[in-house]
Amino acid sequence: MDTLHPLVEALISLMLLIGALFMLVGAIGLVRFGDFFMRLHAPTKATTLGVGGVLIAAMVHSWAGGRFGVPELLITLFLFITAPVSANLMAKAALHLKVPSKAGRPAGIDDGAQTQDKQG
Amino acid sequence: MMPLALDIAIAAVALAMLLCAFRLFRGPEVTDRLLALDTLYINVVALVVLLGIRQQTELLFEAALIVAMLGFVSTVALARYLTRGDVIE
Amino acid sequence: MATGTIQPKRWLAHPFMSAIIAASWLLLQQSLAVPQLITATVLALVLPRVLAGFLGPQVKVSSWATVVRFAGIVLWDIVVSNITVAKIVLNPAREPQPAWVPVPLDLRHPNGIALLATVITTTPGTVSCVIDEDRHEILVHALDCSDPAAMAQDIKNRYERPLREIFE
Repeated sequence: MDTLHPLVEALISLMLLIGALFMLVGAIGLVRFGDFFMRLHAPTKATTLGVGGVLIAAMVHSWAGGRFGVPELLITLFLFITAPVSANLMAKAALHLKVPSKAGRPAGIDDGAQTQDKQG
Repeated sequence: MMPLALDIAIAAVALAMLLCAFRLFRGPEVTDRLLALDTLYINVVALVVLLGIRQQTELLFEAALIVAMLGFVSTVALARYLTRGDVIE
Repeated sequence: MATGTIQPKRWLAHPFMSAIIAASWLLLQQSLAVPQLITATVLALVLPRVLAGFLGPQVKVSSWATVVRFAGIVLWDIVVSNITVAKIVLNPAREPQPAWVPVPLDLRHPNGIALLATVITTTPGTVSCVIDEDRHEILVHALDCSDPAAMAQDIKNRYERPLREIFE
């Protein structure tokens, strides 16, 4: 790659900054919020727009360089598919360990392990 | 313009990783540490991708793919361990 | 290749998945050389067959137009709710009101329920915590919610209805 079209370069820079901003917002949320379940919202944010923005920038950069940008696309898809799964598993672990929540304990959840057993 | 944006982005992601590390050491619950690890590996994926753009190499993107896969598997294994005291019966 | 019609495990029972596996292998290798083509074919045939026990029955999508519309709604909601949540995080004066929102389900298809839970988690501000398949309910934790009933209705209208159109 020698020189990029200025518009392409501006687009890449914009996506990079948006992505980095949302990663930072996710981490700030992780530190700032008061209980575990509120903090759980942080990584889902960081993956969706944060990593999404950075990877879109990487893909545009690859296309501008004449390559196809396949690994970037696969990373994006992989993270979009796996982030909700790990968030769900962590929430189940927290419910099972009876981690305190500001919103109180949800009604009808006596033992998180039982619901877990059916799927495992 | 793009090198500057890259530098800012790398600095922001590094700061995000420091904040995750704070939550990792602070806790207070073990699930909080797990969540901090999960966020940390997602940040590492972004950081490796940013380095790949900066160094103009395709190789680092594949490294990022491997980081993403290992991170997901370890989060799942740890979450299962916390829930059931066992990863594989 | 298909040796009989009564076999419980069939080759190519999931043609769409086989196509995706073959395509992603070839794209990762970035080549169309004969060895890669052979590997892609073998993977596409063997992997869905080995995983057959986990995959369940093949999904029949009834309306592709709804799929496209639903994807658009979800992508738009991801962007909008990301900005909403970022405002909450960055405003130190704002203390969010977390709440547990039980969402009763009319959707019965297991893959549809899994997709609904994924979509709920991917749109920031809500995380689906427990999927109770016996009581047909997803327990959602909302970051900032003053009216759980309204939010449950909103999720049902916005995500569950198109998913029912797609899966049922």
